[in-house]
Amino acid sequence: MNPAKSPPNPTTSMGSTSTTMSDDTFRDDDAFDVAPNWKLVWWRFKKHRLALVSGVVLMVIALIAVFPDFFSTRNPHKTSAMQSFMPTQGIHFFFEGSLIPHMDKLVGKRNSTTLKMEWKSHKTQKVPVGFFVEGYDYQILGIIDTNIHLFGVSDPKSLQSIHLLGTDRLGRDQWSRLMHGTRVSLSIGLVAVSLSIFFGILLGGISGYFGGWVDMIIQRFIEILQSLPPIPIWMALTASLPRDWSVEQTYFAITIILSMIGWTTLAREVRGRFLSMREEDFVMAAHLSGCSQMRIIFRHMLPTFTSHIIATSTLAVPVMIINETFLSFLGLGLRPPAISWGVLLQEAQNLQSIALAPWLLLPGLAVIITVLALNILGDGLRDAADPYS
Amino acid sequence: MLQYIIKRLLLLPFLLFVFSIIAFILIQAPPGDFLTSYIAELAASGSSIERAQIDALRTLYGLDQPYYIQYIKWVSRLLTGDLGFSLDWQKPISELIGERLALTLALGIGTFIFTWMVAIPIGILSATKQYSFFDYFFTVFNYIGVATPTFMTALVLMWIAFKYYGLSITGLFSPEYIDATWSFDRTIDLLKHLWLPVVILGMDGTARLARVMRANLLDELKKPYMEMARAKGLSEWRLVMKYPVRLALNPLVSTIGWYLPLIFSGSVIVATVMNLPTIGPMLLRALISQDMYLAGTIILIYMILAIIGTLISDILLAWLDPRIRMEDN
Repeated sequence: MNPAKSPPNPTTSMGSTSTTMSDDTFRDDDAFDVAPNWKLVWWRFKKHRLALVSGVVLMVIALIAVFPDFFSTRNPHKTSAMQSFMPTQGIHFFFEGSLIPHMDKLVGKRNSTTLKMEWKSHKTQKVPVGFFVEGYDYQILGIIDTNIHLFGVSDPKSLQSIHLLGTDRLGRDQWSRLMHGTRVSLSIGLVAVSLSIFFGILLGGISGYFGGWVDMIIQRFIEILQSLPPIPIWMALTASLPRDWSVEQTYFAITIILSMIGWTTLAREVRGRFLSMREEDFVMAAHLSGCSQMRIIFRHMLPTFTSHIIATSTLAVPVMIINETFLSFLGLGLRPPAISWGVLLQEAQNLQSIALAPWLLLPGLAVIITVLALNILGDGLRDAADPYS
Repeated sequence: MLQYIIKRLLLLPFLLFVFSIIAFILIQAPPGDFLTSYIAELAASGSSIERAQIDALRTLYGLDQPYYIQYIKWVSRLLTGDLGFSLDWQKPISELIGERLALTLALGIGTFIFTWMVAIPIGILSATKQYSFFDYFFTVFNYIGVATPTFMTALVLMWIAFKYYGLSITGLFSPEYIDATWSFDRTIDLLKHLWLPVVILGMDGTARLARVMRANLLDELKKPYMEMARAKGLSEWRLVMKYPVRLALNPLVSTIGWYLPLIFSGSVIVATVMNLPTIGPMLLRALISQDMYLAGTIILIYMILAIIGTLISDILLAWLDPRIRMEDN
């Protein structure tokens, strides 16, 4: 969103890469002329403040996805019948004027008429909270054994527990489950998009480069796939996955199912680029210098629109994340004991549960924040990747 | 024009043929045939089904014959208007789907009208008053609208209505009208309930459409003919409405092709959460209980709705834009 744009610098026209035009006037022309494509994209991208902020947010989310146990306070699978439906709780940093992070101790009492557990914070008893404390044992990336967590109950031997985002029906700690759900939900999005990119570039490239009847067949195939109603098809496909499959098998099956329709958009874009580029001088030059077709495609043509592919894929990830959430929410995607944001939201499927425990809706906030950040980042990348906007 | 429409219509049988094959594959996708799992389920629940009835069903669907014969049997029964029998509900499928299909259509079309009525004014105002508070407000709103899964909106609104007003905003009818026959009062009752799912379902689409409209209109507003018309003394408002808005609407019509099917397919989730009597929740139930012929029929209906959506957009586009209908000649 910058209303005033200076005209493109006439001295920056270059032969081979078409994306060297920019509105960067504050850089001297020399640096500009020799800058590689990615640097130009980065200069433009930096101006988009909101996209930069989104990038930072996403880095934090990615960190959680890689080290979910470090951010958790309790084993996400651990149930505890006596602690069901505990409400959310904030951390207080000051106690009687000095810096002692703590949380109120919650005391449960069963209401004698409704038989519902009611939790009240204990006025005098506090649970001291510390950072980098010892907690349950886990492995970092499945290699290093440790028990250090970002925060938790200060005294590792105490029987008390803290629940930042409350607990669910089975008394499982929702904060820890959310951390673990991040890994699954985010990675499903990334894996499904990677598959889409692979098929999109492969088939779109073949279609656009060779043209003719190959192009005809692939295009009709894409049209048919795109005119299918996606959600009912996904539902039917995921419902037909055998119930006795392991979590990993279901996980990969779902990524494949999600990318089955996702690749078509990318394939069309890649095809369009190839079609328009086939006639360009630099492709002709490569032909005449005796480059093989593979080399022309991968060394000369593909690099000119890598930034576009990255931007389009960034915008495709949130779509995949939402779709996985839909499917798991409906009980057709991942199933417990797997944890994803959709699986967590399954607990909040009907009015009765959200009336009883509204904090079960909080994983939805994680979905919204992640999708928002990815969309803004993707828009920023797309604007930066497009030299003519 | 007529030639163009006929061309499009001629494609229909082919598309339907391909789609019916896909639907059939989806019916066959679960491991084992549905009858076996149905018998197993009955046995597990303690009841049983008579041998003769099983055999009758087996021959009806041709389950002992190869796939292509099963497909032909299924399709030829569909063509004669016989949608089959639902084992789960113990009712003919056509009887089950009838009213639900009408309500699905009402929900979809209602959402579509709502989206257009809201998105176009927002798009026009955002573009003509670019970088104003209004524009920024709707940019934020649009981002959030796209990022929020529809079922989250539904759940949050249901919770708010319950918590602060003690209302249960589910279903499409008040209790006394659920099983009533159609009457004027029942239609009014439906409209009273329909608006909320329409708004929830339309939020994402409104956000997207407003963005498309804003971008299209901004492109038009920069063109030289605007200067020309201004120089001739046309008032700003009339000028905007008369030329650029009409031109900016054109690309918007082409979004009908993907948007209408998207509404129908997206309504599955909202309908499930809000417990609406449409074909969506029925599809979910059929898939979970492996009532595959019911599921297949509903999927085929969604496919047909998708085709109709694309067809409408193609015809509208050709009617609005002569370049498209001339292209093929």
